[in-house]
Amino acid sequence: MLSRTSRTLLSKTTNHRWASTLVVAEPLSKDGSLSAGTQSTVTAAQQLGGDSLTLLVEKMPAQIPEGVSQVLVSGNNGLSEFASSAVQVAASAENYGHIVAPASKFGSTIVPRIAALLSLSPVTDVIEVVSPDTFVRPIYAGNALAKVQASDATKLLSVRPTSFDKTPLVDAGDVAVTELDVPAFDKSEFVSASAGNDDKVDLGSASKVVSGGRGLKSGDNFVLLDALATKLSDCAVGASRAAVDAGMAPNDTQVGQTGKVVAPDLYVAVGISGAIQHLSGMKDSKTIVAINTDPEAPIFSVADYGLQADLFEAVPELTEKL
Amino acid sequence: MKILVGVKRVVDYAVKVRVQNNTVDLKNIKMSLNPFCEIAVEEAVRLKEQKVADEVVAMTIGPKQATETLRTALAMGADRAIHIMTDLRTDYMELQPFAVSQIFQKIVEEEKSDLVLLGKQGIDSDCGQTGPMLAGLLDWPQITFAANIETDGTSMTVERETDSGTETIKIPQLPAVVTCDLRLNEPRYATLPNIMKAKKKKVDTRVAEDMGIDLSPRNQVLEVFEPAPRKEGIMVEDIDSLIDKLKNEAGVIA
Repeated sequence: MLSRTSRTLLSKTTNHRWASTLVVAEPLSKDGSLSAGTQSTVTAAQQLGGDSLTLLVEKMPAQIPEGVSQVLVSGNNGLSEFASSAVQVAASAENYGHIVAPASKFGSTIVPRIAALLSLSPVTDVIEVVSPDTFVRPIYAGNALAKVQASDATKLLSVRPTSFDKTPLVDAGDVAVTELDVPAFDKSEFVSASAGNDDKVDLGSASKVVSGGRGLKSGDNFVLLDALATKLSDCAVGASRAAVDAGMAPNDTQVGQTGKVVAPDLYVAVGISGAIQHLSGMKDSKTIVAINTDPEAPIFSVADYGLQADLFEAVPELTEKL
Repeated sequence: MKILVGVKRVVDYAVKVRVQNNTVDLKNIKMSLNPFCEIAVEEAVRLKEQKVADEVVAMTIGPKQATETLRTALAMGADRAIHIMTDLRTDYMELQPFAVSQIFQKIVEEEKSDLVLLGKQGIDSDCGQTGPMLAGLLDWPQITFAANIETDGTSMTVERETDSGTETIKIPQLPAVVTCDLRLNEPRYATLPNIMKAKKKKVDTRVAEDMGIDLSPRNQVLEVFEPAPRKEGIMVEDIDSLIDKLKNEAGVIA
């Protein structure tokens, strides 16, 4: 990487505006590796035309995405205010052309605060990079897409991970690592996080998803979907908002406009009617299957293969025959 | 404790919008109180009923018709309202979170609010930015995706949704900004007596353009279009045909 002096000389002689891209990583997985969402964010970042890629992490992972030439380590005290501050510290040392985070709950919580700290207007949930300053983002539950041109000198973005392939990870080797000195935020305290089921296949990155809706009638019946998911392998179990609302499934399994957006190779919607908001969370899946007793259910309008059947018979039969 | 609740008038959640003339056509479309703002109002009113909050002020930014949205909040139990009048589109096309959060900042500072409750996102623009952006401007603690709030009016403990489950955050001393998620509560229906009472509650009107804030969008919407439609699918007869299609046509199972 060029030293600061060489970069200045280069920009003076060639009118080249040296600008790096900063990618803000999500918290590491339990095994200390970077998340799939981070890998997809790096792919989006590489389309932005920056001269180099810097990754900001809480802790140094053993492997980093291909193409990253510098790593900044911030530490993590569990607070979004701290994570936002870390980006502010990074941005004060270097003039980034772009700052990019995944559009997960984590990214969506810090990007707007970073925007306020740096006085930038972010473009969030980007699904396509058209050019270094022009992006496409969904609005109205994805029923409309907006092509947006950002005018800030530094573009602050969050990207939808399912819209970008994952950049492969390589050994960190002797990549330049810098520890950041981030001030503590003492107006909030992290108390605890839920235990979280480590055995669950991650909904955001699974190649297959089986989702249940109100048709399952009770949370106990979700075991039918667990069995199907296990048989399919690399398959996560999701839920519609109606199912989450009724207490049949945990909130972090909700697929939809205001839940998680997924785009697996196979999405099986079981007992889900297909409200607009649910469709917006899964309609980019490669193959969609719907099982529902109601032939008029809107879910059939997006399904590649629809089966009008009683899920309490169809799902066990499918599980058995696979 | 004084609570400021942001409420937004948005396209009703059941409406499927149409793209026309390079924008989303809002003519004659049914508008409603944003579902997540409704949850925020409900939480504020409950805190008042628990005698933890002294006053609930509802605020909206929007056209003349947005007064209806404020009346709904007042009918649910808010004490008074502030209507920031503007004809700019608030569904991302014109007025964007960067300006919206500055408007909120100004009102929060005037009102000396102790707690700002907002919905986690507007279901039109799907941005979810105003909450944390406002907190950043004020240098206040922020909580997004709140699923449970406990407070005595001075400190607050919140359980919030995360990408992998939930976590608990404590704020030893208010003020704070909190955005509300689905599980927080189930909003009440305004009763007829309360709807009538709401008509007498105070609504202060301001003009957004007169607040000394640059309202122009920093992100220019160049084009609005509909996503490419999916290829039409088929109905299958039974599980055997489904498995056959998935294996041999779609190639998604071995």
